[in-house]
Amino acid sequence: MNIINFTRDCDEDFVHRVEEESGQNVSLCYQCGNCTAGCPYTFAYDIPVSQIMRLVQAGQKKTVLSSKSIWLCATCESCTTRCPNNIDVACIMDVLRHMARREGLAAVPQVKTFWDAFLNSVRAHGRVFELGLTVEYVAKTGRFWTDMDLAPKIFPKGKLALKAHDIQGKEHVARIFERFERESNS
Amino acid sequence: MSEAIAYYPGCSGLGTSKEYDASTRAVCAKVGLSLVDVPDWSCCGSTPAHTTDHTLSAALSARNLQLVADMGMKLAVTPCPSCLTNLRTANHRMEKAAFAEKANRLLDEPYSGGVNAQSVLQALVETVGLDALKAAVRTPLAGLKVACYYGCIMNRPPELMAFDDCENPMAMDNVLAAMGAEIVPFPLKVECCGASYGIPRGDIVARLAGKLLEAATLAGADMVAVACPLCQMNLDLRQGQVNRALGASYRIPVPYFTQLMGVALNIADADIGFDKLNVDPRPVLSKALTGAQ
Repeated sequence: MNIINFTRDCDEDFVHRVEEESGQNVSLCYQCGNCTAGCPYTFAYDIPVSQIMRLVQAGQKKTVLSSKSIWLCATCESCTTRCPNNIDVACIMDVLRHMARREGLAAVPQVKTFWDAFLNSVRAHGRVFELGLTVEYVAKTGRFWTDMDLAPKIFPKGKLALKAHDIQGKEHVARIFERFERESNS
Repeated sequence: MSEAIAYYPGCSGLGTSKEYDASTRAVCAKVGLSLVDVPDWSCCGSTPAHTTDHTLSAALSARNLQLVADMGMKLAVTPCPSCLTNLRTANHRMEKAAFAEKANRLLDEPYSGGVNAQSVLQALVETVGLDALKAAVRTPLAGLKVACYYGCIMNRPPELMAFDDCENPMAMDNVLAAMGAEIVPFPLKVECCGASYGIPRGDIVARLAGKLLEAATLAGADMVAVACPLCQMNLDLRQGQVNRALGASYRIPVPYFTQLMGVALNIADADIGFDKLNVDPRPVLSKALTGAQ
């Protein structure tokens, strides 16, 4: 069991920021565990989602933002749907990832690399180019064996486009990303 | 019979879920639902956008919502649950002025609001209706045992998705029953399949998809019908990976519900696209249909 000294170790600013960015009142969580019971990812998490909620209440910023769990939540909405206090738990998990990104933390780096490669593809073409995304992911992670076994199953069916479908307004989409970066850095 | 509805295909409809897009278009045309493509639509940003930032995610979706508004329309349908969630979330969050102002700052053309998004399944059930769907059947799917798998986000969270039951949805069950299929009870209708972790964490998908394939097999299903490109990919294309990881030997077809509708409505094989699937549903299907005669 971890013992936390609330008076000394609680980062109240962190608690307030999570509440502000998610629009949720984290103190409503009374630790019933319903979210963890229904979470399909508990087996892969280092900290179960109900404990993430408790650690947020306790202002344990470093532990929470360094956890693998926040990168393995698939936003399946099971926790949000079943929370008896109507806390949007999945939204809090999302906000914790946003904060971890801003702190330069990603405890499951390949997940972040995959999501970044996806957005790079959208930024370049206006739509995601599935093959290009996979190639960028493999190049950046060096995981050359990723899904090699699927190639003979998918290519003969003509399902994986070999060329990106650039949209006419791709500059509009690129500008969304540019403005977002500018606003985040200002 | 009905007014035209804006259609947002989603990126996977151009690639890994071509057969979902083609069968959706053919089924809708057959039952009188007139779909008009959103011109020059862009990606909604899917999971990678909302896990990065909510304003970025809303802006990527809102560009498309505004394109729908520019068409003079107030409703868009999409086959993809991830697109659906993002479009609905953006519309919902941008009802708040402060948030809308932030998201609009990222856009060339601000979003004027008021565009609703629905799943193709919802439009078929609510706009066309089960009676009309039933009346259009030419080849009943008699004798075919189907487990209906909705995926995790088509109905959840209920306040946002506002369609069907969030724990035990019935829309797809009812549609395929109207097509003549025998629906088997399937307890994991809304359980997550592993979503977009197939590439970065294949081990997770093997375990979660394996649980679904196991439940469908135990339920006595001939097939698992799906409504999501990512669920389809995890359960069908990755079925061999699941088998290797779990030492299992599942071989169960996972067609889109629109493909099964295509059979019942006598749509051309090229539009149904069973040849695009990994586990071919045709042997099981013809066995069930001949057995029932």
